[in-house]
Amino acid sequence: MRTPLHRYELTACDSLQDALAALAADPSARPFAGGTDLMVLMDAGHLPPGRYIDLWKVRELRDIDVTAEAVTLGALTTYTEVLKAEILRREFPMLGIAAAETGGIATQNRGTIGGNIANASPAADTPPALVAYDAELELVSSRGVRRVAYEKFHTGYKKMDLAPGELIARVRLPRGRKGWRDYYRKVGTRKAQAISKVCFAAAADVADGRVRDLRVALGSVAPTVVRCTATETTVRGHAVDDAVVVKAQRALASEIEPIDDIRSTAAYRLRVAQNVLREFLTRIRA
Amino acid sequence: MSSIDDALSGREVVWGTDNLFKSYTVARGDVEAAFAGAPIVVEGEYETGSQEQLYIEPNGMLAIADLQNGVTVWGSMQCPYYVHRALAGLFNLPAEKIRVVQMETGGGFGGKEEYPSIIAGHAALLAWKSGRPVKIVYSRAEDMVATTKRHPSRTKHRTAVTRDGRLLAMDVDFVIDGGAYCTLSPVVLSRGTIHAAGPYRCDHVRIRGRAVATNVPPHGAFRGFGAPQSIFALERHMDRVAAAVGLGPDEFRRRNFVHAGDTLAVGQVIREPVSMNTLLDRALALAGYHDKRRRFVEENGTRAIKKGIGFSTFMHGAGFTGSGEDHLASVVAVEATREGVVRVLAASTEIGQGTNTIFSQIAAEALGIDPDDVEVVQPDTSEVPNSGPTVVHHALVDAGVLPSVHSRAEFRAACRRYVDSYGTLRATSRYQPPPGVRWDDQTYQGDAYGTYAWAAYVAEVSVDTTTYEIRVDDFVAVQEVGKVINPTLAMGQIEGGVAQGVGWALYEDVVWREGRMANAQMTNYIMPTSMDLPEIRVHFEEVPYPYGPAGAKGIGELPMDGPAPAIFNAVEHATGISATRLPLTPERLMELMCASPAV
Ligand SMILES: Cc1cc2nc3c(=O)[nH]c(=O)nc-3n(C[C@H](O)[C@H](O)[C@H](O)COP(=O)(O)OP(=O)(O)OC[C@H]3O[C@@H](n4cnc5c(N)ncnc54)[C@H](O)[C@@H]3O)c2cc1C
Repeated sequence: MRTPLHRYELTACDSLQDALAALAADPSARPFAGGTDLMVLMDAGHLPPGRYIDLWKVRELRDIDVTAEAVTLGALTTYTEVLKAEILRREFPMLGIAAAETGGIATQNRGTIGGNIANASPAADTPPALVAYDAELELVSSRGVRRVAYEKFHTGYKKMDLAPGELIARVRLPRGRKGWRDYYRKVGTRKAQAISKVCFAAAADVADGRVRDLRVALGSVAPTVVRCTATETTVRGHAVDDAVVVKAQRALASEIEPIDDIRSTAAYRLRVAQNVLREFLTRIRA
Repeated sequence: MSSIDDALSGREVVWGTDNLFKSYTVARGDVEAAFAGAPIVVEGEYETGSQEQLYIEPNGMLAIADLQNGVTVWGSMQCPYYVHRALAGLFNLPAEKIRVVQMETGGGFGGKEEYPSIIAGHAALLAWKSGRPVKIVYSRAEDMVATTKRHPSRTKHRTAVTRDGRLLAMDVDFVIDGGAYCTLSPVVLSRGTIHAAGPYRCDHVRIRGRAVATNVPPHGAFRGFGAPQSIFALERHMDRVAAAVGLGPDEFRRRNFVHAGDTLAVGQVIREPVSMNTLLDRALALAGYHDKRRRFVEENGTRAIKKGIGFSTFMHGAGFTGSGEDHLASVVAVEATREGVVRVLAASTEIGQGTNTIFSQIAAEALGIDPDDVEVVQPDTSEVPNSGPTVVHHALVDAGVLPSVHSRAEFRAACRRYVDSYGTLRATSRYQPPPGVRWDDQTYQGDAYGTYAWAAYVAEVSVDTTTYEIRVDDFVAVQEVGKVINPTLAMGQIEGGVAQGVGWALYEDVVWREGRMANAQMTNYIMPTSMDLPEIRVHFEEVPYPYGPAGAKGIGELPMDGPAPAIFNAVEHATGISATRLPLTPERLMELMCASPAV
């Protein structure tokens, strides 16, 4: 570890009220959930010193609620809990696939959905699935509660619609997508412990050979997760054929901005994103 | 200067007059004349990248040093006497003032042959200056950035064959990138050069080997010592020559394998029985090669995932190259205590490969005692003799010299009697080369190794044309390594080497930026996980080697040689893409597939 520990202070809270009060009292304080992103930074000497508010024991941020309209995940829901939840497996299977492909078991036991969202990595693996499911976030602070559509939450590289002192409390997934077909694919070169080069999540409602509605979302191909609305438009209302596939692939290229970096190349990300889109469209065509 | 081309261009000179650390030439027959009359000539160029060692434990060293007591270091290392020599030179102290103790070491692969001398020097100098003990343990990122990796290579082949597929002449130009300092590059180059013509009979061979200097961190010893690099090129090339002649890869090789009595490129006559055909037959049968070779082509069609199968055949010289073993003149000692415990004293180290088990096993067997009664002494230069570094499977070659004795009870009684009457019972033995072995460092001709291990490896792959990811689905490794002393350890060595070979072939890409490793984290340097590896099916043919310990030849490096070319050959079968550069990452395969009209 490259970091002198005395420069950090971790305040453990066991209620939401305490946590929000602690955050309000010190505007520079930052939440600490499972720590699977923060501890990596700390080990590398990149974690800003200061106060951290440990949320792990905050009960109100746990648990998965189910109503007729929605399934709501507490921000502290871990990958392991996602994998165990029968309702998610049935109605939101892409979250389970994403969870199973995130890190290893240790990371899955500690890593949380809220942390994955707030860490705001463009390569994170749950955001494309959350976008494809029309997720909505519930944000809380000492000033109150507000709701934002998840697809609008990330506003730029590592930028998001989250005020200081504000926490992600819950992630709401609207139900009622009966008969939709989901398709999720993480492309990360190795089968485990991989960081996505392209992460693709899509869902479609197909009836009588036509795509009535669909969502297409990608990670690792832009500064934030992207919902690909232009791509969706080329497909919505149509029967999938070769011409639609080509148009959709072209539209996709217009709305993602992949880059060359240490993990891959822009050319690879673009081409694979298009190939995976074709694979998705081919599946829903059959 | 960060590439072989930069170094050879001579635009800038960073070492000597020509940027060459070392060069060798192996010459046999009249290559030019043979090419002149050849009906078919096939050329090819092949490249391999660097590879990070990724032993489990990073480099680390603890030092105490002062004028009165001299210098003592404890640490993670393969070769205590290398460190000893380095410290003696650094401090200009007599040998007995330097003490080097090898602690339990979490792996090496060659990466702890050279570098421990450096970190030991740093720790010892700081200890000397401060008057306090100093411990330095690298983090993974520091270890990846600073320590020696596998040499990148470039090999050019020009091969002349008859129309019926017999090798007429081979012209090989083999270059490795040594980085900024010389390290063990000459030794790595030597093995790579000697292995460049493979287990084939050919009367006219020229191999030119060069190690060049560049400005990247020095490359160094790594499992296989240059042989994986030159064998990758050769075994890829052999498939292309076979195709040019219109023969199957197996039939082409069968027409050219060496047999007992044949002569290798370095002029070495193969004296022991060798049957590459038997190894190949067995490997192909176990893999279901012929059936799959046909079936995959029929089934691939328009499928997104294309299957392929390929193989490589190769040999690996046992022990040190040429006169290396004689120069080292390794010594091993055994000592019997009054209680009848036998202590083995050798500087060949346990680094996880099972040396201590094997030493105990060999000593116990020779003495007719229980392995529990053998103690392998912790390598400490104040106690164990210089039995040479643990590189290659040298540890085995050394330790096979022990007296033969009787039953356990008699043995114990004898020890007690002896120690009571005469004091310490200790025997030392110096390495003796097998009879008749001759090597000429000047002409690079002769018996390059006492003997060779022989092998045929088969890889089955799937290529996903959506993501350009290649997966190895099945792997068969058949080899003849003399007598297998400990099957569990031997299988472990092969499986580990194959896994490392799969990583080198497909995943592990050292990204250099201005001469620094830019991806020095395990998140971005992609080593395959157990989920990325196939079942590795290991089979041995056993032909005891009369001059090896208990009939063994050596095993640790061999499995690094075969996987990469077998995998590339399989990828060509699956896709028609004849890739020549390693690692074949998805990004590279995409470029090749997009450039190829066929797929
Ligand atoms: C070995 C390893 C493998 C990994 N593999 C993957 C992978 O495959 N895919 C992937 O996407 N990620 C991966 N990760 C990253 C990490 O595990 C996930 O991003 C995880 O979801 C982070 O959750 P956490 O609770 O541990 O976050 P923390 O580290 O506790 O926090 C992360 C960030 O979120 C903020 N935060 C946390 N909770 C809240 C909240 N409720 N409200 C507001 N802000 C909050 C913190 O202040 C911090 O900035 C991996 C990490 C490791 C160590």
